Amino acid sequence: MIELDKVAVSFGDRTLFSDVSLILPPGSFHFLTGPSGSGKTTLIRLCSMEMQPNSGQVQLLGKTVSGLSQNNVSAMRQRLGVVHQDSRFIDHLSVAENVALPAAVTGKTGRHTEYQLEELLAWVGLAGQAKNLPPELSGGERQRAALARAVMLSPDVLLADEPTGNVDWDMSIHILELLIELNKLGKTVLCATHDLNLIRQAKSRVSAKVLRLHGGAIEIAGAGL
Amino acid sequence: MNLRSFLSRDATLNRVVPPSGFTAILTLVSSGVMAFLAVFTLALAMAAGDLASNWEAELAGTATVRITASDDVLEAETEAVLTALSQTPGVVSSRRLDLSEQLELLAPWFGTGLPLDELRLPVLIDIMETAEGPDRTGLEQRLAAEAPGAVYESHGRWRAPLVEAAGRLRTLGYFALFLIAVVTGVMITLAASTSLAANAQVVDVLRLVGAKNGWITGAFVLRFTVRAILGAFIGTLVGIVAVALMPGGIETGILSGLGFQGAEWIWPVLVPIIAGGTAAGATFLSAGRTLRSAL
Ligand SMILES: Nc1ncnc2c1ncn2[C@@H]1O[C@H](COP(=O)(O)OP(=O)(O)O)[C@@H](O)[C@H]1O
Ligand SMILES: [Mg+2]
Repeated sequence: MIELDKVAVSFGDRTLFSDVSLILPPGSFHFLTGPSGSGKTTLIRLCSMEMQPNSGQVQLLGKTVSGLSQNNVSAMRQRLGVVHQDSRFIDHLSVAENVALPAAVTGKTGRHTEYQLEELLAWVGLAGQAKNLPPELSGGERQRAALARAVMLSPDVLLADEPTGNVDWDMSIHILELLIELNKLGKTVLCATHDLNLIRQAKSRVSAKVLRLHGGAIEIAGAGL
Repeated sequence: MNLRSFLSRDATLNRVVPPSGFTAILTLVSSGVMAFLAVFTLALAMAAGDLASNWEAELAGTATVRITASDDVLEAETEAVLTALSQTPGVVSSRRLDLSEQLELLAPWFGTGLPLDELRLPVLIDIMETAEGPDRTGLEQRLAAEAPGAVYESHGRWRAPLVEAAGRLRTLGYFALFLIAVVTGVMITLAASTSLAANAQVVDVLRLVGAKNGWITGAFVLRFTVRAILGAFIGTLVGIVAVALMPGGIETGILSGLGFQGAEWIWPVLVPIIAGGTAAGATFLSAGRTLRSAL
C-alpha cells in the first residue's frame, strides 16, 4: 500500500534522511513517533506526494510516485486522506462545504453525497457547526473537520500528522477512536504523534505498530513504550 | 440542516474563488469601461461605414459633360461629344438632358417660370458609367480636340476622397475595437494571475483534496467570465444609452448614422458575449500557466 525504498531527503546541505525504507501493508495501523524535528511531518509529506525524495522511491497504491503527472497525482490524492498538523481550509466556504470539497472537485454531488456528508459531520460531532466558517472553529473542531474531509471520499489510506496536536486529552481520545474505527473499516492508517500516552491508550484497542524516527533512521519500537 | 443548496451540481465550483477583492473590481470595471468604449467605437465605425457606402452608391457610375459654346457650334459640339462618348469604353450610355429636365435642376435656385428664351443654358449630357468608368485622361483629351467647350465632370472625383476618408475611418474603428479586445484580454489576464497568486491557499487546499488542474481552472474561469460579462453588460447599456442620446437627424453629416439600426444591433449585443469569451480565454491561459508551473 505504502512503500518507501531507500529514501533520502536533504534540505540544503542538511541531510534529514539518508536511507529510509518502509512498508505499510494494506489495512495496517502504524504510529509514527520521534522527537520534534526528527522528520515525522516530512515522512508524511513524502507519502502524501507533497514532496519528492532526493533519491530513492515512494510507492503508493501500487504506483511509483516520481514522474507522475499533475493530474495523476490529483487522481491518487482522491484515494488518499490527509490530516495535516495545521489543517488548511477555504475560509470563505462553510465547514460543510469544506468537508464536502473532495466530493465537489471530483463531481460527486447529489443525494448520496449529501447523505454521506451529514453522516460524516455527525460522526465527528460537527453537525451543529456545519454552516460555520472554518475560522470560527476551535482547534479540536478544526482537526475533526479535517478528519471528516480526509475520509469524505472513503479513501484507502489515511495519513494523519499530529491529529491531536492542539486538543485536550478527551478530544485526543475521541480523535483516536475515530482513527481506530476507520482502520476497522479496512483503511491503512499512518498517524504521526509525539504523544506516547496516546499510543499506549491505542495499544489496547488496535494492533498498531509503532515506528520511531531517530537520527534520520526508522526503527520499529519495542514493547518498552 | 439544508445541505442540498450547496451540494447542487456546481455550487462549490461557483463559490470556491473568493467573490470579492481587488481583482474582482479590476475585472468588473475594466470590462465595463472597455465595453462602453467598444459600443461607442462600433457606433462610429458603423456610421462611417454607412456614410461611405451611401456616397459610393449615390455617385457610382454617374458623370456629366457640360458644353458651353456659342450658338453656331453648340449643336455640332454636342453631336461630337455624344459620338465620342458612344465610342468610349467604360461608358454605358449617354443622354442629353432636355430643357425641362434642366429647368428642374435649376428650380431650387431660380424658382419655376424662368424666361427660357433669355437664358443661355449650357448643354448637359448625363453619363452612366461602368464600375471602372472610362479612361479619364483619354476622354478629356478627345473632348478637348473635338469639342473645346465640353467639360467632363465625374461626380466621384470630388467625393472620392470623402468616401475614402469615411472608409478609412471605419477601418480605424475596427482596428480600435481590436485594440479594445486586446487590452481587455491583457487586463483580465493580469487580474486572473493576481487572483491566482492571492488565492494560493485556496489552490493548495484544492490540490490537496485531489482537484485536477482542469477543475481549478474552471473555477477561476467561471468567476472571471461572469464578472467580465456583468461589467461588459453594464458598460454596453451605458454606451447604448449614450449613443441614443447623441443629437441626430438626417442632415447632420457624419453624425447622421450614429446609432444602431436593424441588424446592426447584433454588434452591441455581442459586446458582453465577446467580453465573456475574452475573459474565459485569458483566465484559462493564465490559470493553465500558473497551475502547471507549481506542483
Ligand atoms: N521545507 C523545509 N525546508 C528546510 N528544512 C525543513 C523543511 N521541512 C522540514 N525541514 C527540517 O527538517 C527537519 C524535520 O522536520 P519535520 O519533518 O517537520 O519534523 P517533525 O514533524 O518530526 O517535527 C526539521 O529540522 C526541519 O527544520
Ligand atoms: Mg511535524
